[in-house]
Amino acid sequence: MVYLTRKAEFSASHFYHNPDFTADENQRIFGKCNNPNGHGHNYTLEVTVKGAVDPKSGFVVDLKQLKDVMSREVLDALDHRFLNKEVPEFFAKIPTTENLAIAIWQRLQPKLSAAQLHRVRVYETPDLFVDFYGEA
Amino acid sequence: MKAHLTRRCMFSASHRLHSEEMSEAENRATYGKCNNPYGHGHNYMVEVTVSGPVDDQTGMVCNLVDLDGFLHNHILERYDHQNLNLLPEFAKDVPTTENLCIAIYDIVKRGFHQAHLEKVRIEETMMNSFEYSGENGC
Repeated sequence: MVYLTRKAEFSASHFYHNPDFTADENQRIFGKCNNPNGHGHNYTLEVTVKGAVDPKSGFVVDLKQLKDVMSREVLDALDHRFLNKEVPEFFAKIPTTENLAIAIWQRLQPKLSAAQLHRVRVYETPDLFVDFYGEA
Repeated sequence: MKAHLTRRCMFSASHRLHSEEMSEAENRATYGKCNNPYGHGHNYMVEVTVSGPVDDQTGMVCNLVDLDGFLHNHILERYDHQNLNLLPEFAKDVPTTENLCIAIYDIVKRGFHQAHLEKVRIEETMMNSFEYSGENGC
């Protein structure tokens, strides 16, 4: 089994707000992230796939195919978007980095036929990242 | 659904690798330049990874304000700009980065209960890194 990781970057804005909470609760729990006008990050995405090395090609996965799927399914939808207002997953869910990693996994997983998705890692900043392994 | 959250933070500290159980010559042979009696320092980069179910109401594994506050109060305040050899946890144990990993893991495990501690990883330099996931970790 060999693991292959492809990186990509996207920039997006978001804010954290739960309509089930009062204004005070939202402010207490989410702090500065609760500003309804939003704020943004330069996100770094790492997608790791795993599989056996194909004896003919020497590849775990055709990198161009992986890159194309990531561009089409993730970057085109998220890059330079306001996540709360433009990305359907976040119309009702809070676009935390945890939920972003899960949403990216769910976008990629059905589209990756050649290799098995192992991990989605999303860096919100260089000092903060979330890993999702598809665990229930 | 279960996710893993990692926070990176940095502190600077000095240390000297020296074991009372070895002779001067053995210490020099084992620790080389790190045995310099005057000590030396590093910028330590610490990664703390916690995990848990993503809360439906908050979208979080744990509130980052709580994790950051804990790491600031219990790790950075304790180790930043200190001589590790003078701290009680290194009164007997040599302050290698292996032992520092274990010490930080134990502090977080004991005091931070808002999520499950998975791992502590420390970069002593850009070339060396160490990980500890507890006694039963893999």
